[in-house]
Amino acid sequence: MRAKPQPYVSTTNACKLCKPLGACLAFRGMEGAVPFLHGSQGCATYMRRYVISHFREPMDIASSSLGEKHAVYGGGPNLKLGLKNVMAKYQPGLIGIATTCLTETIGDDVPMLVKEFVRDFPEVIQEHGSPALVSVSTPSYSGTHMEGFHAAVAAAVAQLAAQGLPHDGIALFPGFVSPADTRYLKEILADFELQATVLPDISLTLDAPALVEYETLPSGGTPIPAIRALGGSRAAIEFGRTLEGQSSAGKVLHDRFSTPLHALGMPIGLRETDAFFSVLEALSGRGTPVNHELERGRLIDAYVDGHKYLFGARAVVYGEEDLVTGLTAFLAEIGVRPVLCASGGRSGRLAEAIRDVTQDLLPEPPLVREGVDFYDIAEEAEALEPEILIGNSKGYHLARKWGVPIIRVGFPIHDRFGGHRTLHLGYRGAQSLLDRIVNARLEAKQEASPVGYSYI
Amino acid sequence: MKVVSKETISPEVEPIDPAAVKQELLRKVPTKVARKRAKQIVINSLAENQDVPEIGANTRTIPGIITQRGCTYAGCKGVVLGPTRDIVNITHGPIGCGFYSWLTRRNQTRAQEPAGENFMTYCFSTDMQEEDIVFGGEKKLRAAIQEAYDLFKPKAISVFSTCPVGLIGDDVHSVTREMKEQLGINVFAFSCEGYKGVSQSAGHHIANNGLFTHIVGLDDTVQEGKYKINLLGEYNIGGDAFEIDRILKDCGITLVATFSGNSSYDQFANSHTADLNTIMCHRSINYVAEMMETKFGIPWIKINFIGAEASAKTLRKIANYFEDPELIERVEEVIAREMPEVIKVRDEIRARCQGKLAMLFVGGSRAHHYQELFAEIGMKTISAGYEFAHRDDYEGRHVLPNLKVDADSRNIEELEVHPDPERYRPRKSAEDLARMQENGFRFKDYDGMMREMAAGTLVIDDISQYETERLLEIYKPAIFCAGIKEKFAVQKSGIPMKQLHSYDSGGPYAGFKGAINFYREIDRMVNSQIWTYLKAPWQENPELAAKYACD
Repeated sequence: MRAKPQPYVSTTNACKLCKPLGACLAFRGMEGAVPFLHGSQGCATYMRRYVISHFREPMDIASSSLGEKHAVYGGGPNLKLGLKNVMAKYQPGLIGIATTCLTETIGDDVPMLVKEFVRDFPEVIQEHGSPALVSVSTPSYSGTHMEGFHAAVAAAVAQLAAQGLPHDGIALFPGFVSPADTRYLKEILADFELQATVLPDISLTLDAPALVEYETLPSGGTPIPAIRALGGSRAAIEFGRTLEGQSSAGKVLHDRFSTPLHALGMPIGLRETDAFFSVLEALSGRGTPVNHELERGRLIDAYVDGHKYLFGARAVVYGEEDLVTGLTAFLAEIGVRPVLCASGGRSGRLAEAIRDVTQDLLPEPPLVREGVDFYDIAEEAEALEPEILIGNSKGYHLARKWGVPIIRVGFPIHDRFGGHRTLHLGYRGAQSLLDRIVNARLEAKQEASPVGYSYI
Repeated sequence: MKVVSKETISPEVEPIDPAAVKQELLRKVPTKVARKRAKQIVINSLAENQDVPEIGANTRTIPGIITQRGCTYAGCKGVVLGPTRDIVNITHGPIGCGFYSWLTRRNQTRAQEPAGENFMTYCFSTDMQEEDIVFGGEKKLRAAIQEAYDLFKPKAISVFSTCPVGLIGDDVHSVTREMKEQLGINVFAFSCEGYKGVSQSAGHHIANNGLFTHIVGLDDTVQEGKYKINLLGEYNIGGDAFEIDRILKDCGITLVATFSGNSSYDQFANSHTADLNTIMCHRSINYVAEMMETKFGIPWIKINFIGAEASAKTLRKIANYFEDPELIERVEEVIAREMPEVIKVRDEIRARCQGKLAMLFVGGSRAHHYQELFAEIGMKTISAGYEFAHRDDYEGRHVLPNLKVDADSRNIEELEVHPDPERYRPRKSAEDLARMQENGFRFKDYDGMMREMAAGTLVIDDISQYETERLLEIYKPAIFCAGIKEKFAVQKSGIPMKQLHSYDSGGPYAGFKGAINFYREIDRMVNSQIWTYLKAPWQENPELAAKYACD
C-alpha cells in the first residue's frame, strides 16, 4: 500500500521500532534459538540494549559485523563465518537470521547464502547438533517491528513445518505479547486440556527465574520439533485484527496444509476474550473451565464497580496496531472514551479494526491515526483534552506536559519496573488493566484535591 | 550462605594462572578465531622501563561473536553530538537508528533560561521508506531540514547518515551546504554510516572532524576569566559535568566549553578562545584537542575527574599549567575543604570492601578511570578492557608512531590542519613549554590503562559475552562493570553488576561528591544481602575457589 501523504516530512519521536527488532524478539521465543542479524554490528547492539532494558533479561543477538569492504563485495563470507561461530559457542537449536537495511540495500541473497552454507559445511552443522536455520527479510525501510515479528514467525513456520501426520494439537500465534501474557495463555490452554503449540513463547526466555547456574541460552521457547509438527495441527488460532491481508504464520499453515484458521482480535477486554474462549470451547469440545468462568464473573463485577470512576474519561491509546485495537475494545467496554487511537504502524486496517470493536459501544468512533509519531499524536490530542494516556513509556513526556496519568502497557517500558510482567490479555489481564486505570484516576484526583481525602 | 568474597577464599589453594584462564577463554572457538583473539587477551606485565605488552585493539569484531561494541553512527550521533541540547539532530535513514539513540544515554543538560532550547528530548528521523532507498533520499532530507527550521528555528541543524545512505549514494554534504546557504543558519552533515569503522570509535573521530570543521572558531568573543579551559571527552552522564562545574567554579576556573556534556552550540563556537584543553576521555575526543592545538595554539593535557585523588591531582595539574600562585593556593583550599568528607566516607567503606575484586569492561576510558575509585576503597581490578579503544589507550601514547594503519582506519578522514593565519596564538612560548616539561609537567600525554594495572591481571579488548561468562566463573569477582547489555547476564550469575555507561539510575560519580556517591553505591552493591539468595556454582564447590596470580 502506498502511504497516504503525511503532514510532516520527518518522523519526530517515532511510535514504532525497526523491523529486525521484531524478528529478534520472535526468534527469542523459539527453543534454543539465537537471533542473528546480517548487517552492521551496531544493529545488534542497539536492539539488544533496547530489548534488555525492557525485559531486564539477557538477550544475545549475533551479528555478521559487516564493514565497508563487505558492503561493497557482499556479506556472504561474514555470514557463514558468523554462523559457524554461533554454532560453536551455543550449540543452538535454531539460528534465526534476519536481514538489516545494509544487507537489503546491497542485495545479499540470504536464502541462497544459507543454502550454500548447508551445502558446503554439512560436517560443521552436524557436529553442532544440526540447528535449524531460518532466514527472514527485514529491511527497516519497509514496515515496523511488528511486520518483522510476524515475518519471523511466518518464516519459521514456512521453513520448518512439514506435511506430517495429522495430530490433535492446535497452533496459537499470539503475536507480540508479554511473557506474563504468554504464561497465562498456556495456563488457559492447559485448563481446556488442549494440546497446543504457542509460537513464539517468550514466557521463560525473556522472564527467567534466578538459577543456580547461568544458562548461555535460556531454557524455554517453543520446541523446534513442535514447530516442525505444526503442519499436522488440526486448527490454528492467530491474534491480530490488522493482520488481515498480510502474510502471517496462520495463513502459511492454512495455505500450505489447509489448517483451519481462527483469526481473532488480540483478546483484551471482555468481548475479545469471549471470542477467544468460544473458539477454545469449540476446539476442546468442553465448556469454559470454572476458574475462568469465575474470573470472567469477577471482571464483570469490577466493570460495574469501577464504572463511576471511568465513565466518559477521554483516553489516548497508542502503540502497535493490534495492541491498540484490543485496548480500545476494552476501554470502550469500561466506559472510557477513546478519543485518539494512534500507531506508527501502517497496515491500512487500523480504522476498520477499531470500528469493528467499538461500533456498538461508542456513540461516535474515535479518531484513528496510522503511521503517526508522537509529534503528530501531540498535535491531534491537544484539542481532544485527554484525561488519560495508555501506551508505552515513549508517551510519558506528553502525559507530563498535559498533567494526566499514563498507564504503561506494551513495549518498550523503560521508566518503570516489571514492564515485561504486564498482563494485558484475557479476563485476568482486563482485570489488572482495569484496576490500574481506576487507581490512576483516583490517584490523580486525590493528588489534585486541595483537601486530600483518603476515603474516596 | 555467604557471598563469595576475597575473605572466603582459602589461602592455601593453588593460584589461578592467568595463562590458563586465557587458554580457557580461547578453548571453544575455531583456531583462526582463537589466533586473533589471543592478541586481544593479554596478561599484563610491567617492564623496568614501564613498558607493557602489546595488545590487539581497534580491529574488526569477529562475526558471530556477541560484542559489546556499537557502530559508527552510535559513536557520532549518540555519544559525541547527543549531549548538545540546541542543535537539531536529524538521523537520515530508516527509523531504528534514530529511535535507539533517542535519549538513551542519560546525558543530562541544563537549558539556559529563559529562551533555553533543549532538543535532546526529540528524535528526528527522515524515516526512509523503500521508495527513498530506490530513488534516493536527498529530496526528503532537504525537506526535513526545511521543516526542522520552520518548526524550531534552531541555531544549527546536523544530519547523521545511517548505513543505507552511503550505499545508495545520497550526497548529504551537498544537501546541507545548499540548505545552509538557503536558511542562513549552520547546517552540516556527518558521513557516519554504521558499517564504516570497527566500532563507535570511528564515529567519534568523524564527529570530532565535523565539530572542528563546522563550529569551532565561529565566535571570537573573548569571555571574562583569568583561567579559561575546555573540558573534552566529558558527557555528563548522571550529572558528572555539574559536579565538575561546581568544583571548577569554586577554584575560579572558567569553563569555556565542554565537549559535550551539558553543552551548547555557542560553547563549541567559542571554544578556541580557551587557554587550555583538558581531556577526560582520550579515545573519543583527542582529535579535536590535537587540531585546536595546531590551528589555535592551545595545549592539551590529560586529566581525570573520576576518583577523589584523581580529581585533586587534576586540579593541581591545571593550576600548575597556569603557573599562578593565586590559583595554586585556591585549588589547595578547595581540595582541603572537599577531602575530609571524602576521607570519612571512604575509610568507613574501605573496611567493608578491602581486597574485593572488580572487573571493568567498558568504553574507551571508563574501564581505566574507574579503577581509581575502586582502588580508593581498597578494591582490586583483576581484569579490565575497553570496548572500542585503540592501542594508545591501553599502552600509552608512545606507541602512536608504531600503530598500523589498516583499511578501516584509512576510511576515516584525517583533516589537514594548519595554524590559523590570524588567530594562532601559542598559549605558552616554546621556552615555557620546554621549561615546564623539564620540571615534569606533561603535555599531550596519556600513559594508558595497562601501566596502572597490576602484573598478572588480564587485559581483554572487545570482550565477548562468552568470555564474560567464563571470567565470572573463574574469578568470581565481587563486582563486574559494563553496560546494560551485560547487566542481567552478570546478575544471573550471582554477581553484582554496575553500569558504567548509564550509571544505572545513579550518579554523579565524578569529582569529590561523585566519589562519595560511588563508594556508597559500590558498598551497597557488593555488601548487599540480596546476593545470598542466589547460589552460584562455586559456592557449592569451594574447591573452585582460588587465589590470584597478581596477589
